[in-house]
Order: sequence, then C-alpha cells, then structure tokens
Amino acid sequence: MRKLSRLSPFNIASLALGLAFLYLPILILVIYSFNASRLVTVWGGWSLRWYHEFFNDRAMIEAAWMSLRVAVTSATIATLLGTLAAVALSRGEHFRGRTLFSGMLYAPLVMPEVITGLSLLLLFVALNAERGFWTVTIAHTTLTTCFVAVVVQSRLGSLDRSLEEAAMDLGCDPVRAFAMVTLPLIAPAIVAGWMLAFTLSLDDLVIASFTTGPGSATLPIRIYSEVRLGVKPEINAICTLVIALIAVVIVIASLASKLSSSQGESAAPL
Amino acid sequence: MSSRRIFARPARFAAIAPYVWMALFFLVPFAFVLKISLSQTAIAQPPYEPVFDLTAGWDALKAAFAALSLDNFRLLVSDDLYVFAYVRSLTVAVTATALLLLIGYPIAYGMARLPKRWQAVAMVLVIVPFWTSFLIRIYAWINILQHDGLLNQILLALHLVSQPVVWLSTDSAMYIGIVYSYLPFMILPLYATLAKMEPSLEEAAGDLGAPPWQVFWLVTFPLSLPGVGAGVLLCFIPIVGEFVIPDLLAGSNSLMIGQTLWLEFFTNKDWPVASAAAIVLLVVLLVPLLLYERLQKRQLEQGG
Repeated sequence: MRKLSRLSPFNIASLALGLAFLYLPILILVIYSFNASRLVTVWGGWSLRWYHEFFNDRAMIEAAWMSLRVAVTSATIATLLGTLAAVALSRGEHFRGRTLFSGMLYAPLVMPEVITGLSLLLLFVALNAERGFWTVTIAHTTLTTCFVAVVVQSRLGSLDRSLEEAAMDLGCDPVRAFAMVTLPLIAPAIVAGWMLAFTLSLDDLVIASFTTGPGSATLPIRIYSEVRLGVKPEINAICTLVIALIAVVIVIASLASKLSSSQGESAAPL
Repeated sequence: MSSRRIFARPARFAAIAPYVWMALFFLVPFAFVLKISLSQTAIAQPPYEPVFDLTAGWDALKAAFAALSLDNFRLLVSDDLYVFAYVRSLTVAVTATALLLLIGYPIAYGMARLPKRWQAVAMVLVIVPFWTSFLIRIYAWINILQHDGLLNQILLALHLVSQPVVWLSTDSAMYIGIVYSYLPFMILPLYATLAKMEPSLEEAAGDLGAPPWQVFWLVTFPLSLPGVGAGVLLCFIPIVGEFVIPDLLAGSNSLMIGQTLWLEFFTNKDWPVASAAAIVLLVVLLVPLLLYERLQKRQLEQGG
C-alpha cells in the first residue's frame, strides 16, 4: 500500500522554493547594505559607510524618532483598548450594541488603508485639529486595536474559566479575580498584541501619509519619498536597521509565548 | 446566580472605552466621507462646500443639506479614468489572487505534510516576513529588478539574455511584488485547513485505486475549500485597494483605484470626488467583505 500522506519530493521542493522566495530578497538587501560602492548594484567590498550616512542624516533620524514615538504610544493605547474590548467580547456575554461593537472593532482589519486614512483626515480637518504626532498616533491606535483584540480574545477563549470562578467562590470580586487570576494568564498574549501593534504602526505608510502634517513625517513616509526618487544605498542600511529592530521584537514575542506555553496552556497565536 | 453571570457585568463596562474610541475614530469619520462625497469642490479651506455650520441655525443647516448632490458619483460613472481604474483594480486583484493560490497551495500542502515538530518551525518561517515592513520588502525587489540589478546580472552571466531585460515599471514587477507581499496571507489559512485534514481520507481514496491527481482533485481540494475561501478573500480585498506596490513597481500608464484616489486627494485636491471614489470602492468591496464575515462566522461555529 502506498502512503499518500508522506512527504514527497514535490512537497519538499515547493517548500524549499517557497521559503527561498520569501527570504532571498531580504537577505540580498541586508548584504548590500554593507556594500562600499556608491552604485547600489556593484559590489565594492564590505563597509559601514551607509550606516554612517544614515546616522548623519538629520531628517531621517528625526523621522525614525517620530516613528518610534508614534509606535510606542499607539501600541500602548491600542493594547489597553484592545484588551478591554477582548474582555468585553469574551466575558461580557450579550450586552447592548454588541454586534455594532464587534463590527466596528474588526472592520479596520479588512478595510483598504486608503479609505481608513482618508476618513480620519476628513475628521481631523473638520475638527480643525493640528496634524502631526497625535493625529498619526490616534489613527494608528484605531488601526491596531482590533489586532490586539484578536490576539487577546483567542487567548481568553482558550482559558479555563473555572479558574476565575474558583477565585470568586473563594471570595474575590470579579475585578479582583480578573486582576489576580486572569490577567497574569493572558499577559503573554497582551505582550504579543503590543508587539504586533508596534510593528504594524512602524510599518504603516498609507494611513500615516493621510493623517500627518508638514514637518512630521514618519520613517516609512521618508523612505517612500526617497525610493520614488531613485534607489539610494543609504536606504539599504536603514531597512537593515528596521529589520534588526523587528527581529528583536519577534524574539521577545516568541519568548513571551514560550512562557505562556510553559504555564501549561497552548501558546498564543503569533 | 452563577459566578459566570457576576463576571459579565463588569466585563460589559470594559467595552465603554474601546466603544467610544471606535465610534469616534472609525464610525464618525465615515459620516464625514459620505457627507463630503455629496459636496462640491471649492477653492477654499477646507476645499469643499457646503460646510455645515451648526451654530447658524436650523434654516442654514437645511439649506446646506439641500446643496448636497450626487454630482460626484455621476462624474465617477461617466469618466473613463475612474471606470478604467476600478476595472484595472479588479483585474489585478483577480490575477494576483489566482497566482497566490497557485503558488501558495503547494507550499501550504508541503507544510501540512511535515512532521509535527517541523510544522511549527515552518509556520514561524512563513510568519516572520509578515512582520518585516512591506515597504522594505518592496524596496528589496526594486534592488533586484532594476536595470542593472541582480536579476539582470544573473541572466546576463548565464547568457540567458544578451541585453538587460526591463523588469521595473512593468506589470510583471507589480505581480511579483504583490505575490511576495501577500503570500503569508494565502499560505496560513490554507495550511490551517490542510493540517487539520484527516490523512486517512486520502489514504482510503488511494487504496480504492484513485491515482494521486484524482485523490487531490476529488478529496484533498474540496476538503480544503474553507481555507481556500479565507485565503482568497484575505488577499483579494486589500489588493483591490493596493496603492504602494503598483505605485513603486508598475508602470505609470494605467492606475489602480487606490492610486487614483490618492492623486485626486493630494495632487488635484478634489476631496469630494476622492470621497465619492472611496465610497464606491467600499461598495465594490462590500460583497467580498460580507462573504468573508459569513465564512468566519461559519468557521467559528464549527469550532475552528
């Protein structure tokens, strides 16, 4: 009898090709960021020249700093709101306006970014709000709250509710039971949600372009305007630094989810 | 009263803050888009009229309402530029989604056939590029596809071509970029359904004499349809509104609706027409959006 479910050479080949397709372009970019040559495509030996160039580029550094501040602030607010929303949806049973609530919460997940960006800009103009750090932060919070909610909600769903009930049988009020029992158990998912919100904010170009004002460009906006003018080797260096930062974030997030699986529960997704 | 019910009350209060936030920054802005799509372009700040002035009294408000019109929508339907942009967006999205399915399926299938331990590793490997900035990934492809880029260097060195091939600013470059960016969105839902599938079903079909292609076509593929649906919608919807990838990789001769909207807004400063274009885009996407929601609900009910 032939076992069809076994790994065939075709399976292995498609996996290997697929992963090569996903990783080779990024690898090439990282290697070329250490290229000494001014021409992006000619290899001129190893050098840190373009990293120097980046650290002396005031506009780029300012944009990077702006992006980091926006990402940290919006990820923090989104984590708070997203966790609250996840608790309401998974523990609040049926409350008034639940359908509208979950609809609003998850719509940004699938909405084209141009529409979200456009609508927020129109709101800010109507409110006569000065566009800059806070408008981008609000926009990113709105975008990322649903991602946090998804991650935390799936963790809450897999949690054994008898733990909460036991705490309350022992005399805890619900808020205390949540703080002492539930919160530590979902903490890794909350950390993972924050990381996801952070990287999404760091990544966003379209919504930030709509909601920022003159003089407060984020890093993707600056990179984008540079790339449109033509390829510059400095961009390779900046991109490599961003990849390194995100790699650190992923390592922390995976450690957090490992922590959660060692507590005897299934690991949070992502 | 069970403790479960006691827990529900404070949990409902948890909804207040996110509820207010999303209403304020998600729902209300759409009302503005709708209103401005019915307004006229004006050389003013903000560049549209009428502007509702709530302090001016009821009559002024009524007059402002009367000034709203469907002119912008008529313009969208009658202007070839927009009609082409919508058609092009849908064509690109259909083609790219088909390519994604063709490329993503064998990868997801291979992942699902790995030993359990390696499946987790493969999944992390597929997710990691998703965490890497999409702008950086597109930029990486510009490096490879440009005139004297790596791809042409390799092709020339292998004597496969005698002249550098123009890759950048073509539709092929755009499709490479889109497939590259959205591949994880296609692989993950496909893998999720394929990994859950009972291998004995395929074995049984094989034992009953079906050749491998028949096993795949009559057993594996139909059973993976929920994953196919989720993957297709997850890719199709955002690709229709895609702006950055076609802008950086495709030629400038035919625009997608995301680019047209962006140009109308930032270059022509025609906010009312841009808003109307956004509303039409939303209506176009409402069908797959609702389909997606129904699919998700069904999967939740099945305990997926």
